Amino acid sequence: MSTLTVNGVRHTLDIDPSTPLLYALRNQLEMNGAKFGCGMGQCGACTVLLDGQPVFGCLTPVAACEGRQVRTIGGLGSADKPGKLQASFIKHQAAQCGYCIAGMVMRAQSLLEQHPHPTEAQIRTHMEPNLCRCGTHMRIIAAIKEAAEGSKP
Amino acid sequence: MNDNIIDLRRRAVLSAGALVLGFTLLPRRALAEFNGMGVPPIANKDLAGSLQRTPMLDAWIRIAPDGKVTVFTGKVELGTGVRTALLQVAAEQLDVAPAAIHFITGDTALTPNEGFTAGSHTMADSGTALLNAAAQVRALVVQGAAAQLKLDAATLRTSNGLVIAPDGRTMHYGAAVRAIDLHRAAQVKSPLKPARDYTVIGHSLPRVDIPAKLTGGAAYVQDMRLPGMVHARVVRPPAYGARLLSADAAAVRQMPGVLKVHVDGNYLAVIASDEWQAIQAMRTLSASARWQRGPALPSPDNIHATLRALPSQDIVVEDKKGPAGKAVFTLKRRYTKQYVLHGSIGPSCSVALLEQGSMTVWTHTQGVYPLRAALAEMLSMPLDDVRCIHTESAGCYGQNGADDVAADAALLARAMPGRPVRVQLMRDQENQWEPYAPAMSTQLAASLDASGTICDWQYELWSGSHNERPGNAGKLIPAQLLARPFIPSPSQPMPMPEGGGDRNAIPLYTLPRAKIINHFLPVTPLRTSAMRSLGAHINLFAIESMMDELAAAARTDPVEFRLRHMQDPRAREVIERAAREFGWRQRRQQYQHQRRPDHGIGFAFGQYKNIMAYVALAVEVRIERSTGAVHILRVTAAVDCGQGVNPDGIRNQIEGGILQSSSWTLYEQLQFSPDGVTSVDWASYPIMRYSNVPGKVDVVLIDRPGAPFLGVAEAAQGPMAGALGNALADATGKRWFDLPLAGPQLMR
Repeated sequence: MSTLTVNGVRHTLDIDPSTPLLYALRNQLEMNGAKFGCGMGQCGACTVLLDGQPVFGCLTPVAACEGRQVRTIGGLGSADKPGKLQASFIKHQAAQCGYCIAGMVMRAQSLLEQHPHPTEAQIRTHMEPNLCRCGTHMRIIAAIKEAAEGSKP
Repeated sequence: MNDNIIDLRRRAVLSAGALVLGFTLLPRRALAEFNGMGVPPIANKDLAGSLQRTPMLDAWIRIAPDGKVTVFTGKVELGTGVRTALLQVAAEQLDVAPAAIHFITGDTALTPNEGFTAGSHTMADSGTALLNAAAQVRALVVQGAAAQLKLDAATLRTSNGLVIAPDGRTMHYGAAVRAIDLHRAAQVKSPLKPARDYTVIGHSLPRVDIPAKLTGGAAYVQDMRLPGMVHARVVRPPAYGARLLSADAAAVRQMPGVLKVHVDGNYLAVIASDEWQAIQAMRTLSASARWQRGPALPSPDNIHATLRALPSQDIVVEDKKGPAGKAVFTLKRRYTKQYVLHGSIGPSCSVALLEQGSMTVWTHTQGVYPLRAALAEMLSMPLDDVRCIHTESAGCYGQNGADDVAADAALLARAMPGRPVRVQLMRDQENQWEPYAPAMSTQLAASLDASGTICDWQYELWSGSHNERPGNAGKLIPAQLLARPFIPSPSQPMPMPEGGGDRNAIPLYTLPRAKIINHFLPVTPLRTSAMRSLGAHINLFAIESMMDELAAAARTDPVEFRLRHMQDPRAREVIERAAREFGWRQRRQQYQHQRRPDHGIGFAFGQYKNIMAYVALAVEVRIERSTGAVHILRVTAAVDCGQGVNPDGIRNQIEGGILQSSSWTLYEQLQFSPDGVTSVDWASYPIMRYSNVPGKVDVVLIDRPGAPFLGVAEAAQGPMAGALGNALADATGKRWFDLPLAGPQLMR
């Protein structure tokens, strides 16, 4: 038995504790946000937050999440009530195929939680681990910038 | 009405517990006549877009008695936003709110057969069909209401799915069309709403698919969870032509969760109740497998010489011998491009279910009908017993592993009847087995006369196939691996004006004398097929590089030199507009006066396939001489794609094309050795990351109200390659002919 706390809800799962978090989220908890992209921590499609830090869900075993808080894109808001960063991505139409986008949002979320007012250079550096193949980067950067500016006092 | 073309054989299909009416749109004999784009024969060439091949109005639009409108397209959403744009087109001409339309995309049981969603054809084919079908259906609705209300149709107007009479009476579309059969052939002329009255077309409707993608909703085939679904993983051979000697299936069968180990010739797969268990079983099975190696691949070091020595079909695509000035200056150049990976972020995935003798396959193929035919052949099943339903995945950018993994799912669903089987490829499998963009080389000799005008243009190109789509079952990798293998049908060149390797090989510039030869290589060592823009990427790189070199020889500004050789007014307008918005002349004067070290600017133009969108763009780059890194400081593009349907969607596609082409042009090259493909992950196949993304990208759209839709998603890739090459030449004072361009060769 493994326990996993996701978006504030504690789950008890009957799975091998070495199972990567990605598969527990997708299959046992039926959450769609984190995606399988490479299985090697090279693309970031599976990015979720673990105690506020971005991690590759494909590399992080469930056992490593015991007693810690996992956050997924579903924890930021819903289609009816999107969170601030999600709303900014929607406003900027910052997706093409969108397969990478949940991972992008989660990595950006961790930046904004630690540095509410990042420079564009900081955004680019922080987002480096996540790949987009459609070439939507300009809009993703713009969406993160606007969400950050919106948080100014 | 043309009943021998359209055959509405209605049948009930039990789908997810709901009774859905299904029908096939074609008699069987027509299926043998599919061409390279997988479309049915033309029924009426005078109709607009895909109505030519599917002329019946109710194949596109249906109105239920309660007024609910359902719109069908044979095209599919590949991540470019066409679902939203097509919906806008139908909504505009129907006078129904987009949100009120039930919109169904590529499904062999429900939609027209529009072949492949490819080649930036969607808006021209399906958008045009929907524009006209919707206008005709709206007119029939008005006619029906007029008869019932006993009013002149000309006095009625429509709004939001209602017909409105001058006296204020209203009638919803379902009631209005009650006595009218929409199962009728489209007319040649449509009562189109004039472009000046558009309220939906030309407006940036937010994409309908984006909210779910941003909030963790189910949006992709990867997100499907059908009741009783099991998970499969395949074991692909280590390289082309390898033969299975042995594998320890018995040991894998003992592993937790494993339901089945499937071995058929060189085809290996596992099915488990849980996905992670399937992956572990696949790894164990893969580690136990012993293979006899297949034929060695050629050395990558001299791949272009190897390819050029292969047997070719030599196709003369242009041979112009007009009066021309005497050549006083001639340049001869060679340009090369390496094999390039589609590199979808999500490895290909499919779900299939064999139930009561019917196979249903949820797939992100670009062509549900052609795939269905190939799967039916592979499974030896009647066509009508196989249904392919398009379900989104990560962007494919051409033929990736989508069709192959659909074959995997179908084979494994047949091995486990009654259970939905979900298969996803692993990253290394996607990379090693996908059909790459072909490596290409070209050579060009161009001459100027004494007035600095181009007087001769001799161009040849060598390329393997850009179209290995199914096709027959043998085009599917899993079918090739079976104990009774299917053999791929012979590769065929794609004819002009679309072209394959020769796409955009004919310059749009004025050339009095020109000869252009496509050396099509039917058999090449690596599996290849369509990737966005096909040969246009290197052909426009070559053309636009040469235009700059000739401009320099003629001591003329590159933009001025292009304009001097361009008659097409729309091409001239995008060229002038891009130059103006970028500040080309000022920047060039500034650089001529005082050059900033390692900075350069470049310009390029292309009309995609010489028939789709016009794109001109200018870029400014800075090269880091200590590392060979290229920083794209800014890009300005001007685009004319006719009547724009969703301006923000068009900008998104052009921005994406610019960035994607930057990655191909600067960084990308498939790694392989005689033993096989070694670009198995993102470390061995690096693509553009945020640190190399341009500083700024501006896209200017030229509005053409009411003009035909011109495809846009693949229109920027070729021009961007040309502009980057020209900017690097400007920055370094040296020409670069071999892609990819960034790297140690730029170090000083």
